[in-house]
Amino acid sequence: MSTESLIVMILVIAVVWGGLAASIVALVRRPEAADMPVGGEDTQVPDGA
Amino acid sequence: MSEQDQASVPHTHEKREHWSGQGAFILAAVGSAVGLGNIWRFPGQAYDNGGGAFMIPYVIALLTAGIPILFLENAIGHRFRGSAPLAFRRVATHAEGVGWLHVAICFVIGIYYTAVIAWALSFFFFSFNLDYADDPAGFFTGEYLQLGEAGTVSTTFVPHVVIPLITVWVIAIVVLALGLHKGVERLNVIGIPLLVATFGILVVRALFLPGAADGLEALFTPDFSALGDPQVWIAAYGQIFFSLSIAYGIMLTYASYRRRRSNLTTPGLVVAFGNSSFEVLAGIGVFATIGFLAHEQGVAIAEMSGLSGPILSFVTFPAVIAQMPGGAWFGALFFGSLVIAGLTSLISLLQTISSALQDKFGLSPVRAALAVGIVSAVLSIAGMGTTTGLYLLDTMDQWSNQLGIVAGAIAMVAAGLWFSGRARELQRHLSAVSTVKVGSWWLVLVNLTTALLLYMFVQKAWTLLSDGYEGYPTWYITAFGWGTAAFLLLAALIMPRVPWFRDIVHFHVWPTRRQLGLDAHVADTADAGTTEGSER
Repeated sequence: MSTESLIVMILVIAVVWGGLAASIVALVRRPEAADMPVGGEDTQVPDGA
Repeated sequence: MSEQDQASVPHTHEKREHWSGQGAFILAAVGSAVGLGNIWRFPGQAYDNGGGAFMIPYVIALLTAGIPILFLENAIGHRFRGSAPLAFRRVATHAEGVGWLHVAICFVIGIYYTAVIAWALSFFFFSFNLDYADDPAGFFTGEYLQLGEAGTVSTTFVPHVVIPLITVWVIAIVVLALGLHKGVERLNVIGIPLLVATFGILVVRALFLPGAADGLEALFTPDFSALGDPQVWIAAYGQIFFSLSIAYGIMLTYASYRRRRSNLTTPGLVVAFGNSSFEVLAGIGVFATIGFLAHEQGVAIAEMSGLSGPILSFVTFPAVIAQMPGGAWFGALFFGSLVIAGLTSLISLLQTISSALQDKFGLSPVRAALAVGIVSAVLSIAGMGTTTGLYLLDTMDQWSNQLGIVAGAIAMVAAGLWFSGRARELQRHLSAVSTVKVGSWWLVLVNLTTALLLYMFVQKAWTLLSDGYEGYPTWYITAFGWGTAAFLLLAALIMPRVPWFRDIVHFHVWPTRRQLGLDAHVADTADAGTTEGSER
């Protein structure tokens, strides 16, 4: 592969797969917002209901 | 918060299934987004539109169009908590038709998408004996599909297409009938890791084939002059748009099954980047493999054809497999991946329809699955199981996908943002429940994307009107192309006139408009649409 296309490939992988990794890390660190308004509790409904 | 404020927060008990957790939702949404288009559309699009340079508009399109529209759909589904018709009905009384437009698109796509999964299932089994090795093109269109004359309608069924087609429909109906947890969720929780593992093994194998580097060179060599071509940018926005399963009700429906107190934006980013990550992986795998074929045949990649669409999967890949040591296993991995990617996407299409029927007619998941599955299966087998199924598939895809989905997106933005006055409400809803907040920039991006989509819609409609499609006769295009478009439109116009068979009155949005810092002139008990009430 030429240097030019190799650099493009590495950049694409870094941006797209890096974006995935960064989103996952962000989600693991803060799975839910801490400042949600009160209320909004749900009741679970079993399958077939 | 004062006691008075707490008292004003409505009870939000509702009868709706939920995902078992955030991870299950993400896997299901990725399962919907990652489909056949990731494997056979993206690599060809990138190669045809500037190679490595295509990746620049592609990433920009992901950030400026794909993610903002995905957020919008998640916000509508999550806030208004229903299938597409119910959620849009709650957005505004006269918007229910937008939801039915989305459901009708899913119905049409489901009819032909199943056929491709059925072909892949057949080819998975053919791989073990390399049945297609001698003459891949002749095998696919001749021996397998027994392709008839283009632009005609055949009533001659092809048993070895019909049997896998029935098999796929039975699997789909069973998964759907098992419900959200035991069916849809379980399929994705098992299917997506399996798909990544299977396709990952295939890519690693492909990278070690002779000629693989030449394939990657062809895919990633940047032609920066392509960036000055508006069509390349439209191709990039189109790829992101069609690949992410957005704007035809699926992501809306999936978001409606999330608990109210759920993070929306960061999981959305995981889904969007996850879809593109698989797409890039597919591009690497496909072009490494094509590089091997070019190497074996002693030709340049630029001289090769059949680098995208069904021909890539069912003709070009079998040609590679035939020349490869251990080709049978490579073939099984490839077609197995197609089946898994297709099934998880098919189920999301059908769940969107099933959910709408459950909401509108008060059906149980089992009854809705049977209703959707049996009607779709009969139409699918009648249309796709004959010797002219490929042409019908191609025609329905052009009108429902290239025209219908773009119209679905424009209608969604018009109903959700422009005419309902809920733009700020949806923006603040996203920010109130999520860890990544969205500002006014989000609304700007959604509106700009919609302007581009309007242009794409007009351009496509004009091309189909003036040039027809693939040289098919006018009567054929009128019946099956414009006929498909007419069906979508009629569904959007007629279905809102059918009364609701369940109570849609007792519903409160959360967070309340007051909690979002908005005035309460639009009642939190939803809008005029729901206060009209339970119609039965």
